[in-house]
Amino acid sequence: MKNFLKIFSLIILFSGLSLSTQAAEKVEYLKTDWSFKGLFGKFDRAALQRGYQVYTEVCSSCHSMKYLSYRNLAEKGGPEFTEQQAKAIAASFEVTDGPNADGEMFTRPGKLSDKFVMPYENIKAAQAANGGAYPPDMSVLVKARGGGVDYIYSLLQGYEDPPAGVTLDDGVYYNKYMYGNKIKMANQLSDGLVEYSDGTTATIEQMSKDVTTFLMWSAEPHLESRHQMGFKAIVYLIILTILVYYSMKRIWSRIETEV
Amino acid sequence: MSDQEYTPKSKFGKWFNDRLPLLTLASHLTDYPTPKNLNYWWTFGGILTFCLVTQIVTGLVLAMHYIAHADMAFDSVEHIMRDVNYGWLIRYIHANGASMFFLAVYIHIFRSLFYGSYKAPREIIWILGIIIYLLMMAAAFMGYVLPWGQMSFWGATVITNLFSAIPLVGEGIVTWLWGGYSVDNPTLTRFFTLHYLIPFLILGLVVLHIWALHIPGNNNPVGIDVKKPSKDTVPFHPYIVIKDTFALLMFGIVFAFFVFYTPNILGHADNYIEANPLVTPAHIVPEWYLLPFYAILRSVPDKLLGVIAMLSAIFILAALPWLDTSKIRSAVFRPLYRQFYWILVADVLILGYVGAMPAEGLYLLVARVATAYYFLHFLVILPVLGWKEKTLPIPLSITEPILGGSPNLATAKNKESLNS
Amino acid sequence: MSEKKTKRRDFLFTATYAVGAVGVGAVVWPMIDQMNPDASVKALASTEVDVSSMNPGKTITVLWRGKPVFIRRRTKEEIAEAQSVNLNDLKHPEKDEDRAKNPEWLVMLGVCTHLGCVPLNDKGDYNGWFCPCHGSHYDISGRIRKGPAPTNMEIPKYEFVNSNTIKIG
Repeated sequence: MKNFLKIFSLIILFSGLSLSTQAAEKVEYLKTDWSFKGLFGKFDRAALQRGYQVYTEVCSSCHSMKYLSYRNLAEKGGPEFTEQQAKAIAASFEVTDGPNADGEMFTRPGKLSDKFVMPYENIKAAQAANGGAYPPDMSVLVKARGGGVDYIYSLLQGYEDPPAGVTLDDGVYYNKYMYGNKIKMANQLSDGLVEYSDGTTATIEQMSKDVTTFLMWSAEPHLESRHQMGFKAIVYLIILTILVYYSMKRIWSRIETEV
Repeated sequence: MSDQEYTPKSKFGKWFNDRLPLLTLASHLTDYPTPKNLNYWWTFGGILTFCLVTQIVTGLVLAMHYIAHADMAFDSVEHIMRDVNYGWLIRYIHANGASMFFLAVYIHIFRSLFYGSYKAPREIIWILGIIIYLLMMAAAFMGYVLPWGQMSFWGATVITNLFSAIPLVGEGIVTWLWGGYSVDNPTLTRFFTLHYLIPFLILGLVVLHIWALHIPGNNNPVGIDVKKPSKDTVPFHPYIVIKDTFALLMFGIVFAFFVFYTPNILGHADNYIEANPLVTPAHIVPEWYLLPFYAILRSVPDKLLGVIAMLSAIFILAALPWLDTSKIRSAVFRPLYRQFYWILVADVLILGYVGAMPAEGLYLLVARVATAYYFLHFLVILPVLGWKEKTLPIPLSITEPILGGSPNLATAKNKESLNS
Repeated sequence: MSEKKTKRRDFLFTATYAVGAVGVGAVVWPMIDQMNPDASVKALASTEVDVSSMNPGKTITVLWRGKPVFIRRRTKEEIAEAQSVNLNDLKHPEKDEDRAKNPEWLVMLGVCTHLGCVPLNDKGDYNGWFCPCHGSHYDISGRIRKGPAPTNMEIPKYEFVNSNTIKIG
């Protein structure tokens, strides 16, 4: 048993090590309390709904979210708009469908099963409209950046004047959290930019937090059920381990005292 | 192994067993006499079997939803993560399962190194194990390519380019591997096919590995031969089964923690960016379990020699039963070897660490020293140690007090005289 | 005393097995459920069809949930024929009025109820549909009249969004 605990702690230590090497060369990001962190972490519904509003009113003019459908907005564990609200949101977008019987493409109001409408036809069009830089698809953006939510949250608030000696080309901006500090997206957020329907004051910080929460959900739509299932699974495993441990003691007691 | 012929009790059982002796096999497996002093390091064989089965089952499920096409692979993985019922769970188990598999296999290998399990008469078991390990690396590498993210694409590019180091035919081989002039759709499809095939090859080799094990029986922490069956052994079922199950559950808790709470920590963020042949990620790093070999590859300044060094680092293990000249198996009775063993462990961990760091400055220097030491350990230290080391007296049987306050010199002498 | 001990041992082992079995079940279910229709498939439940250009006597076939749906604009004679059939003559008695809410339009799943082939239009002994696979004859209301199929062709859930558009599903 002692030996076993040694092995077990070694594995934990090892996992810890591998985590810390990942965390190496980390920039100090802005911190905020994320409701979805921790063993029981859940999304803040209101923040998700506000975040969706920020995405639609600000980000979506350049950034696509190609893996999301309007139905997701009403699904459990997400912003949880009511089905009616989600349908209304979907219907407010023009979706290209077809071809019809005459072989023509046509537009119609969106349905729940439609994917989020993309701002550009394709990557080339997106690049052409943004001075050669492709505004990345945001569906899994949080998972595609080393710093995750903290990075996105900080980046949105990280715009400042370039320090002396740094010259920026046209269409390039200075951001202290961006890798290499040069970013092709201008600062998008300003206080009061959107008018939240729930009356929350739309400060830059608030909007950054809301939209980042929304992006976290879009990258991990099953995060809540993962946390819930994980807790149950681990409690179950611990109970079974204890039972098996005593069964083992009982069985081995036929021949040895110590296992 | 019990030599008595097994006879089924029922008439049908006997009829069936005469034609296909499955019942004899089952009885052999349950009665299999196992040294009773096996410690928990020996539970990782069972854990590895569990890992293999988990990977195969979750892999089959993923293959039902995955699309092996350069334009659709990334989308289909997101489809699995979002829409397929429990798809996220199955994919996270599969992705983290690979890491858990390697974690267990490294413990299994280092257990063997410590207790000398590779020595006669278990050389074939050891070599089969090394082949399994090689196939695991191939499967893991190809599996990492399938999501078709940036790391998939550039990992595939870098690793396949290793073959271009071969003189004369290298470039031709790389083009052949790719099925084109770069890593592209044909590469993805063939990697998927091979990724699907390899686990079944591993399964077959595991059967051979266990078969070969059941001829001499398990080694044990004392490292001496055990009379079987005897008071030194216990039947595999229920004693070892329940112990393995207990260890497996503890392992399962660690596994579950990764799957449910930090499912992406062992992966790389860049792999959530769709493959782009025009842009290379800032840092290309293989998965953690390949880092020591990656460090060896980079520590050699010549392309061809680097590849040779990396491959030798693996293949040298196959020669281990003959490089280690000591007749004593267990490091418990080899005070000097024990120290060198821990230095080797540290050396490999250091290699893994520098493998994750950029190959420059101090890191490169450390990588070179560690690489040199790695080969020194196997090629010089082990053979010499076998001649020079003064080993401790070994007990006559595993039930005798082992390394108690006073090692039983009389029995040890007795044993020596028996040996000579 | 020793009997008590045996009982306790039995309880421990039984509990371990039982808890273990629950875990196996919990692990097996996701592996089975993953083959059920996924969220994106379930969401694609309805199709809208523009029928403004269809003349009486014409049938179109549209795809809904991966299956063909026949939409027929029936002529007056066909309606009369469908409604006049004596229910006692039918293998699967159903009134035409129940099958076609608006008698002019028959909307029906174009799948033979025998083994799933697609029947042919305007064929067979009853001026309706005929399944070439195993010879089932359907009338102009899609009811089985002759052959191995056990039931009438199925009517999906549908509605007229407006006079020109039918929404299936």
